[in-house]
Amino acid sequence: MAIYLNDPTMKMGELITAHAELMMILQRMGITLGFGDRSVAEVCQRHGVDPGFFLLISNVYSFAQYEPTREQILSTDMTCLVPYLRNSHHYYVERQLPHIEHHLRHIAEHLPDRVGTVLRRFFEVYRTEVLDHFGHEDNTVFRHIEALQNGQCDSTYNMSKFVDNHGNLEDKLGDLVQIIFKYLPESVTSDDTVDMVYDILQLSLDLNRHSLVEEKVMVPYVLHLERSVS
Amino acid sequence: MKTRVLIIEPSEVIVEGLSSLLGEQTRFKVLSPLYSLDGLGERLVTGKPDVIILNPTLASQPSQLLADTAIPVVALVYQYVEPLVLKRYDAVVDIRDNRGTIVETLVRVTQSFHSLEQSQAGSYELSRRETDVLVQVARGLTNKEIADTLNVSVHTVISHRKNIMHKTGIKSVAGLTVYAILNNLIDESALI
Repeated sequence: MAIYLNDPTMKMGELITAHAELMMILQRMGITLGFGDRSVAEVCQRHGVDPGFFLLISNVYSFAQYEPTREQILSTDMTCLVPYLRNSHHYYVERQLPHIEHHLRHIAEHLPDRVGTVLRRFFEVYRTEVLDHFGHEDNTVFRHIEALQNGQCDSTYNMSKFVDNHGNLEDKLGDLVQIIFKYLPESVTSDDTVDMVYDILQLSLDLNRHSLVEEKVMVPYVLHLERSVS
Repeated sequence: MKTRVLIIEPSEVIVEGLSSLLGEQTRFKVLSPLYSLDGLGERLVTGKPDVIILNPTLASQPSQLLADTAIPVVALVYQYVEPLVLKRYDAVVDIRDNRGTIVETLVRVTQSFHSLEQSQAGSYELSRRETDVLVQVARGLTNKEIADTLNVSVHTVISHRKNIMHKTGIKSVAGLTVYAILNNLIDESALI
């Protein structure tokens, strides 16, 4: 149990040094770098984030096997949950996907036309899927949560629908990596290929952890809200 | 190596005719036949058939007879049999087929199963049959449509797809389509 992050008095600088991957979640919670010697609790409070919420998300993000208890979830201030998830979507769509697309366009220039076209089309279709997936969450799921948080019960949607339909966005990224690793003509391996694979692996991991946050934190929290509001 | 054929058929006339027809071919070894399903379990062990020719009126679920042995079962048809039942067989021969067609069907079905086994043994090259399935997957066909097109059971199609995924590391249909085009297996104009 000791390996998990549960001490709000530890220095934020030390935490991020030990777990650099948490830089991603800082940004999505609106926490800027330059913490000096301030503790996790102090830094969070300066930016209006509940320290318990920050540590909960950090644990899910850094340790794939971490399972928060129901009590932990119900006792945590979830005000920042929906903004955090929305910011994550924004980051994937506005930053990471364009990076990958940029590299892919460069790679395609060195490929025979037909191959380049096929790869670009594969990515285009994938991007549309991602946008649909996030669009549904932004417009339906998150609004449902915000309504519940305001004490309104919206009977047209509930969390069990989310659980039934939550698809994974990582498989196709994995396919793209396989295609690049194994099936691209040898002549096109370049810095762009390496950069793109690196970006894809980063995005895959990030999406995976994002869905863990949704499944391990958001779903149990909202199921509880639904029961208590209705 | 000869293909060992086990015939399971109640009619002695049919058994005799088919045995002598297949016996002419040096590639087949016809095992002593069964006239019903009695004793099949023991015969699978002692005869080690590579392919079974079975009258579908004896078994509507051929896969259940074989437990977990991977032997193709070919339906031998000379009367009306429910199409649904025939679909569960790996291939169909009609008694009115000429000998060339019958031989071809048996060879094809045993080869496709053989390559399936080989592929499970760890080769990463797609077999010819896997390539056939991949092309159909890339064209957007469902498992059932592929089974109909290639004249094999849905079960066989699913096994091929698992092998393809395992060998290529590619899971999505869209990814397999890219693979097929990169390897010149299909033309991008074949896509919608």
